[in-house]
Amino acid sequence: MPEEITTWFLIGFDALLVLTLLGVAWRLLAGGDLFRSVVLFIAFGLLLSLAWVRLSAPDVALAEAAIGAGVTGALLLVALGRLRRLETRVFGGGKKR
Amino acid sequence: MIRHRSAPALVPLMSLALAGLLLVAVLDLPSQPGLVEPVAGAMDRAGVDHPVTAVLLNFRAYDTFLELAVLLLAVLAVWSLGRRDPIPARPVQGPVLHGTLRHLIPVAVVTGGYLVWVGSSDSGGAFQGGAVLGAAGVMLMLSRPRELPMLPAPLQHLGLALGVCVFLAVGTAGLLAGHGFMGYPPAWAYPLILGIELVAALSIALTLVLLFLGGRHGH
Amino acid sequence: MATEPVSLQIYLACGTLLFVMGLHALVVRRHLLLKILAINIMGSGIFMVLLGVAAGGDGGVDPVPHALVITGIVVALSATAVALVLMLRVKAATGLARLPRSGPED
Repeated sequence: MPEEITTWFLIGFDALLVLTLLGVAWRLLAGGDLFRSVVLFIAFGLLLSLAWVRLSAPDVALAEAAIGAGVTGALLLVALGRLRRLETRVFGGGKKR
Repeated sequence: MIRHRSAPALVPLMSLALAGLLLVAVLDLPSQPGLVEPVAGAMDRAGVDHPVTAVLLNFRAYDTFLELAVLLLAVLAVWSLGRRDPIPARPVQGPVLHGTLRHLIPVAVVTGGYLVWVGSSDSGGAFQGGAVLGAAGVMLMLSRPRELPMLPAPLQHLGLALGVCVFLAVGTAGLLAGHGFMGYPPAWAYPLILGIELVAALSIALTLVLLFLGGRHGH
Repeated sequence: MATEPVSLQIYLACGTLLFVMGLHALVVRRHLLLKILAINIMGSGIFMVLLGVAAGGDGGVDPVPHALVITGIVVALSATAVALVLMLRVKAATGLARLPRSGPED
């Protein structure tokens, strides 16, 4: 009996995780604020590494958490910062190059 | 052009149709044994106990070698696209930042080293360890005092290429010794794999830091 | 701990939907950063299907797709890094980081 409860609990967890993943992906791709999209993408990477653990792939989960969420997130954030600075350089202040 | 203008309305419909078709195909995939048996059968010659590391660094070492080459190519592509901009935002210098870094960087270095070492017997490996080391490097770059000099350019170049070069050297040595390209003598497999992984992790960490900085170093 | 068959189906469906969602956004969104994120989401969907198939095999968990996915994550990171720099170059050259609404012939 307890084993059956555990099974149902795990299936429920999987369903919840998958729905969260799809929802986060939808929200971040829907656009609007770019900064929010990038932060949601980092959250998506962390949730994804949870999914990899559930698919019995701990190696991939480690790689996803470190590379997919961590380093890609840092790259995206620094690129966004540079994009914003180009924005102010080109359109703000009138100092066009 | 009427066809051109009406195309966007078709996009959601086509996406839905594709989703339906793919779902039908994927959910009906036949169950198959995959490559579990061949991998399990070759594990006694792998030199490591963890199947994923055995596949990455021994059975399909060629793929991993090319993966390191892709990382190197990415840095070269980024460098060929312009000079390095300063990082747009830096954290405020202060005692909290320096105290936190003083604790975090050693922990990250130990964690990264442990992940590389544990890869031979459990989850972990060069990419995971290298990513943790790279994250520590990114943190250091973000918060380093301005008077701290950057790694000199020749050392950067050497560090970037070291992983690929050592991997290639070991692979060629295997070829000359008659084990085939990227093959190891079974008795030497463990030390060779560990050595390649350590060097590769350092190269990966440096690659990630340089990708984060973006662009060729100035002057 | 083996994953339950029902859960496997859930993850396979999720991977497929992520792929299609990413593809759709890649076509519809005009900002280049969103296009880069969309390609990454597509890749994650493919990884999920691969790992779902690997976990559902007859003989236990297959390590080869795991190695494939780890390689894929690193390659995706490399491609993303190059794409981001290209996006910044487009922005610096044209002042816009998004595609125009319609083609030049329209």
